Amino acid sequence: MSGEPGTRRRKGGGGREHGEQPMVPPAEFTSYYGRPVVKASPWEHDIPAYLFMGGVAAGSSLLSAGADLTDRPVLRRTGRIGALVGLTLSMLALVKDLGRPERFHHMLRVAKPTSPMSVGTWILTLYGPFAGLAGTAELLPPRLRRTLPGRLLGWSARPAGLTAAVVAPAVASYTAVLLTNTATPTWHAAHRHLPFVFVGSASAASGGLGLLAAPLSEASPARRLAVAGAVLELAVERHMEAGMGITAEPLHDGHAGTLMRASKALTAAGAVGAVLGRRSRLLSAVSGAALMAGSACLRFGVFEAGQASARDPRYTVVPQRERVEQHGRTRSV
Amino acid sequence: MSTSFYGPLDPAPDAGWTDAPPRKGFFTDTSICIGCKACEVACKEWNAVPDDGFTLLGSSYDNTGALGASTWRHVAFIEQSPASDVLNRVGDSALTGDRNALGTDTTKVDLGMPSFDLPGMAVGADGRTDFRWLMASDVCKHCTHAGCLDVCPTGALFRTEFGTVVVQDDICNGCGYCVPACPFGVIDRRVGEKGVTKNEGIAQKCTLCYDRIGDGLTPACAKACPTTSIQFGDLDELRERAEQRVEAMHAQGISSARLYGEDPTDGVGGVGAFFLLLDEPEVYGLPPDPVVTTRDLPEMWRKAGLAALAMLAGAVAAFAGGGR
Repeated sequence: MSGEPGTRRRKGGGGREHGEQPMVPPAEFTSYYGRPVVKASPWEHDIPAYLFMGGVAAGSSLLSAGADLTDRPVLRRTGRIGALVGLTLSMLALVKDLGRPERFHHMLRVAKPTSPMSVGTWILTLYGPFAGLAGTAELLPPRLRRTLPGRLLGWSARPAGLTAAVVAPAVASYTAVLLTNTATPTWHAAHRHLPFVFVGSASAASGGLGLLAAPLSEASPARRLAVAGAVLELAVERHMEAGMGITAEPLHDGHAGTLMRASKALTAAGAVGAVLGRRSRLLSAVSGAALMAGSACLRFGVFEAGQASARDPRYTVVPQRERVEQHGRTRSV
Repeated sequence: MSTSFYGPLDPAPDAGWTDAPPRKGFFTDTSICIGCKACEVACKEWNAVPDDGFTLLGSSYDNTGALGASTWRHVAFIEQSPASDVLNRVGDSALTGDRNALGTDTTKVDLGMPSFDLPGMAVGADGRTDFRWLMASDVCKHCTHAGCLDVCPTGALFRTEFGTVVVQDDICNGCGYCVPACPFGVIDRRVGEKGVTKNEGIAQKCTLCYDRIGDGLTPACAKACPTTSIQFGDLDELRERAEQRVEAMHAQGISSARLYGEDPTDGVGGVGAFFLLLDEPEVYGLPPDPVVTTRDLPEMWRKAGLAALAMLAGAVAAFAGGGR
């Protein structure tokens, strides 16, 4: 880091992987003692963990609703319990990450379309009880099922599961807006594509969970969802990076780069394994686990890359400077 | 609810205030800042802001570092000399192709010799050295389109009748969303000891002394500033005064003087606390062309909606495919 303020420094462009061509020439820029211009979010690993678990929950709700309607009891049970567990862990992670966890309910004071976190709160408020109801119905011990509350729960499981499934896609896609509606360079620059990457990742992970737990006789829909999700994720992510200029660099560098490479490898391998493993319970299960791991790596990778992009003033200053050089200062009218 | 994400507007009436007083703000004229940090101290004292560490940062006289949860005024110190100018020249021509475009041109010779004269003994143009020291007191910009306020999910951040942006300490639950949303890196969540540090875990920033200006007083920093580098007042009036100041400086040959954040048509709709700078914004740690993230939010929601539909369609197709 240059100790000289107001001077221009060149960040080595030599660290790029696979001999890729830089998308733009390395740019010179000025910073104040190399300090960040924007602040990285104070969020810890609870948030990417939530992105992953929320995605698993959302996809699982879709799969379990379909399984319920097409008489696939194991896939239904897996999906409902997967959604319940994913949802519960998500809620715990979200509350834990607050600076004042005891004030979590202040989120319910307002409904603000300009705040993706507020929108997300209301999506989860709508989704949570129904996903929770369907999941609890699966977990109810047999001796309680004959009681009146038990019978009511069993009766409400299908409508609850279907309602959760209708809301579920919003649970999986809004989290992309949560990240991109910030001044964090790598997140914001991804705003046109990240929702598709995230729903792809959620589909791959939840399909993976289905492959892991359901027998071959029930697993076809999970397999199709997983493979389609993996293909969507990999294809759109590639396209996304191509349009991000230098703000794509944090997705290749350092810890985030390692996670993103691991994600791509695991997701691609999982998708191939899922296709080839149609007749092998073991290969299906291994592929499912790989897809879930790939999804988790993607969420942590995107999160870490954004944090790194906020900490280096280069990713804030250079794109803005280039914009000014090419089009003049941003003007709203 | 306001749907105005972008473009020039008067924020207090837009937020629903009727009979709002004129918009208040700061004009920080960095050309007359002497780096005394009275603003930093006065702000801490008045607002009872806890310490932010007592470390020496090795960045000129700046041991505060940056704006943050416990630093609501931050004085930047930038030392510019021909030594760093050589680097500037290389950088400038690489970036713009025009050395003079950035207004930092100085063709000088530094012998690097210590002097036997007392500093400041020589007066007038002959006594000037090649060294330039920029000082600037940074503060929350109180944007017309404030990213922090837009994304706050609890309503803790709100628009005051003066057009400023303030956190309600008893509402904020420390979700931290405002922190990455700010294009200037101003607001932060306060780190400290639970139950001991005031407002620990809560987003904190300059309030433009909401408690003082409501009583017709001047904010603490502006009151304490001994050179009127920090000026408080009605934003319209401050903008006029700033225009005149820049014109006067240009007439004196100081071509590098420029205003920052005064333009209501910029990416954040103009700011309530704007600046007169003597170099490019990034030299002071300010973004050269900030845009409120919410400008792109309608498109983000459209894309998220499409993605959600795609996922639903994918799941339906996965089951419609038949087979076990």
